[in-house]
Amino acid sequence: MAQSISLKSRISPRRLFVDGSFRFFLYLSVFISLGMIYWIVSSLWNDAGWLLSWDLITKYPSYDIDNAGFQSPLVGSIWVVGTATLVALPTGLFTALYLEQFAGKGNKVTRLIELNIQNLAGVPAVVFGLIGLAFVVRGFIAWGFTVGSAAAVIAMLMLPVIIIVSREAIRAVPPSYKEGALALGATPWQAVWRLVLPSAIPGTATGSILAVSRAIGESAPLLLLGALSFVTFNPTGLDSPFTIMPLTIFKYASDSREEFQVLASAGSLILMAVLFVLNLIAILLRDFATRKRNV
Amino acid sequence: MEKATVVPKTVELSPSPHLRRRLRNQLIARIIMIIATTVSIIVTVGIVASLFPIAIRTLVAVGGQLFGTTWAPLFSPPQYGILPLFTGTLMIVSIAMLVAVPVGLAAAIFLSDYASFNMRRIVKPILEVLAGIPTVVLGLFGLYVINPDFVEKYWPIGEPLAYTAVGAGFVTGILIVPIIASVADDALSAVPRAMREAAYALGATRREVAVKVVFNAGLSGVVAALILAFARAFGETTIALMVSGSYPMLSANPGDPMMTLSAFIGFAGIGDAEVGSQAYNTIFLIGAMLFLVTLIFNILGNKIISRYREAYE
Amino acid sequence: MSTVAGKPEILDPVFTLKNVSVSYGKYVAVTDVNLEIPSHDITAFIGPSGCGKSTLIRTLNRTNDLIPGASVAGTVLYHDADLYDSKASPVEIRRRIGMVFQKPNPFPKSIYENVAFGPKVNGRPKKSELDAIVENSLRGAALWDEVKDRLGSSALGLSGGQQQRLCIARSLAVEPDVILMDEPCSALDPIATLRIEELMMELKKNYTIVIVTHNMQQAARVSSYTAFFVTDVNPLSDLRTGKLIEYDATTKIFNNPSDPRTEDYVTGKMG
Repeated sequence: MAQSISLKSRISPRRLFVDGSFRFFLYLSVFISLGMIYWIVSSLWNDAGWLLSWDLITKYPSYDIDNAGFQSPLVGSIWVVGTATLVALPTGLFTALYLEQFAGKGNKVTRLIELNIQNLAGVPAVVFGLIGLAFVVRGFIAWGFTVGSAAAVIAMLMLPVIIIVSREAIRAVPPSYKEGALALGATPWQAVWRLVLPSAIPGTATGSILAVSRAIGESAPLLLLGALSFVTFNPTGLDSPFTIMPLTIFKYASDSREEFQVLASAGSLILMAVLFVLNLIAILLRDFATRKRNV
Repeated sequence: MEKATVVPKTVELSPSPHLRRRLRNQLIARIIMIIATTVSIIVTVGIVASLFPIAIRTLVAVGGQLFGTTWAPLFSPPQYGILPLFTGTLMIVSIAMLVAVPVGLAAAIFLSDYASFNMRRIVKPILEVLAGIPTVVLGLFGLYVINPDFVEKYWPIGEPLAYTAVGAGFVTGILIVPIIASVADDALSAVPRAMREAAYALGATRREVAVKVVFNAGLSGVVAALILAFARAFGETTIALMVSGSYPMLSANPGDPMMTLSAFIGFAGIGDAEVGSQAYNTIFLIGAMLFLVTLIFNILGNKIISRYREAYE
Repeated sequence: MSTVAGKPEILDPVFTLKNVSVSYGKYVAVTDVNLEIPSHDITAFIGPSGCGKSTLIRTLNRTNDLIPGASVAGTVLYHDADLYDSKASPVEIRRRIGMVFQKPNPFPKSIYENVAFGPKVNGRPKKSELDAIVENSLRGAALWDEVKDRLGSSALGLSGGQQQRLCIARSLAVEPDVILMDEPCSALDPIATLRIEELMMELKKNYTIVIVTHNMQQAARVSSYTAFFVTDVNPLSDLRTGKLIEYDATTKIFNNPSDPRTEDYVTGKMG
């Protein structure tokens, strides 16, 4: 005769209660994180959504709110971050190539370099502003408060991040590619340049775009480099004075008049829109890269 | 393909002209890579060289005044009591951690042990969006929303004004939630699945596995996450500058305005202090202190991470 | 001094190994190997796992140079040139002594670009020359008819057996003297394996082939000479070192081996 077996749960009510409350707390936290984003964006939108128009991009900063816009900060940001990327990307990429493919692994010097890069990644942004202030602006390089100085400082900021993401991308390339290339009589550099690097480019690009996003949003270092001045013209070259989006927003925010609060909020919306687009590109790139790899 | 039976000696295996050219290209490439690598070293040297000489000189000049309780280097007579800056920084960072640690850890546990594949695909990007909000926008939020609508209205102690430490702390907390969440999630996800399966097989519930097994196993990584988040909050400039005001008040009440170490650097840097003046130099002294503190925390955090990574490989 | 059974007479060997030992740091992977490898023929290295046959074959084109701490003692002669002479260029060596690996590793490029890779890094061939090289190599690897209409498609879309033949075609494109094969069929199904074995018999007319295999029947099918290795376990340190036991014509190894251990292995009693 078959025994009847009950598989009903025998967990005590107390345990179930704790389980349930914990789960609730977890979901609540995730919801709070999402909620913060919504809260921030909706406050900005309530404040300044109505002000958004193409004018804000075509006009220049001004104390006359009807005629104010963000063209010079936007263009200034592009100049500064663009130049910085042009410097930091190849430098970071070649550093990553060296550390991953050509340096002796585990020897003292390599370890020290890696440690150094890891530490640089955690240095507060404002400290980079200080080094800029000391050397590039007033010290022996003395470029002054220009796009060039700002780009140098931002490049220093971006460099550790680019190195770290490039290394990961290079490490993800199957070593069998390099092995196969060497077996055909290629030099190690040829194997890396023609095979490893092209496979690592999508990953590097994705990570670099994220570094660019972070750089565009940076305010602290350039506070010290004179970007806070009221600049109403687009930069003309590396030696030109400039301003950037985050600091124009900062400047408007420091003004207690309500019209400027609205302008600051509008600027924030524009800035976040730009970053959103950039991140979208990065995500699309990442998808494209994974799809290509899994042909 | 017939090969001659007698092959000439070692010379055969030395590089052909084409190979010599390729090897020369390789050498050039090597030199370029080494130059690139030294840039990162130059940056660190630059930081140290720009901060420490001036910082040490200022330290010597200012000496015991640092132990005072008033910070007013830009006034006359200047006062160099650094205590208010430290208490201000610690106050804001503590409030930030108070806000961020529960939320961040909860998100991390959710991602590593509760979320389905699809839920992970949604929540991870949400955290990345949060991480991508520029500090100036967070500062704006603190200044326009948190301080006027919440702190000024509801803070029980004293008469909070437009600039408060608790507002800055709250918003800085929002800033570091993603750091805690992603680093802790990495640590908890790295715990081997076998450990979870063993616990489940003993009849543990999901909560018990997540909290009693996984969290304990990944504790070192979680601690690393907290350390890194602390360091980030410690060095944050813009939020503190915008939300907690530029008055270095020595106070135990978070509703008061306060100034942090990094906010001072920003504040003093905006004003066009004369090069070489004492005021100018204090920026570098504070900068050196900031650099050292965050350096120590970052080294600690990263060391813990590399140690637990080794343990699982 | 060698206790190796069998000493076949090989005229004009492609490789001559004298007292060759390979170590990784302090760990000796294979010790005291003496043998000569004939040209235009197939020589097989067989033996149980861990006996150093893969390590040994990688000394023949200096692939183990890539492993940190690897060192080679003794002399490895290629024809009459010392492979490990300080003036010898490993890059040049690897062009002449090609290698096909256990797991097929086509590059993430088109079929054409895979085969063209070798000639392109070794020179500046014109497009017309390149087309001819690609076609000849693919024919030589018995793959041309299957892929001639889709040379531009990705190599990763080929089957395992096709990918391995593509890797062989890739090696052929740089006109090597020798092709080393490290367990080339162990990741393939039996039908693909048979096709590659047929290919090997064709290739040996023009190239020297050395193959490492853990499949005895394969060695018996294709090779003319076979070298049998075992693992010596050091009773004190528990470290395993490979040793050459017997090297002779394949027919002799499989029908009438001199050493009892060889007999045990090929009859399946040991291994």
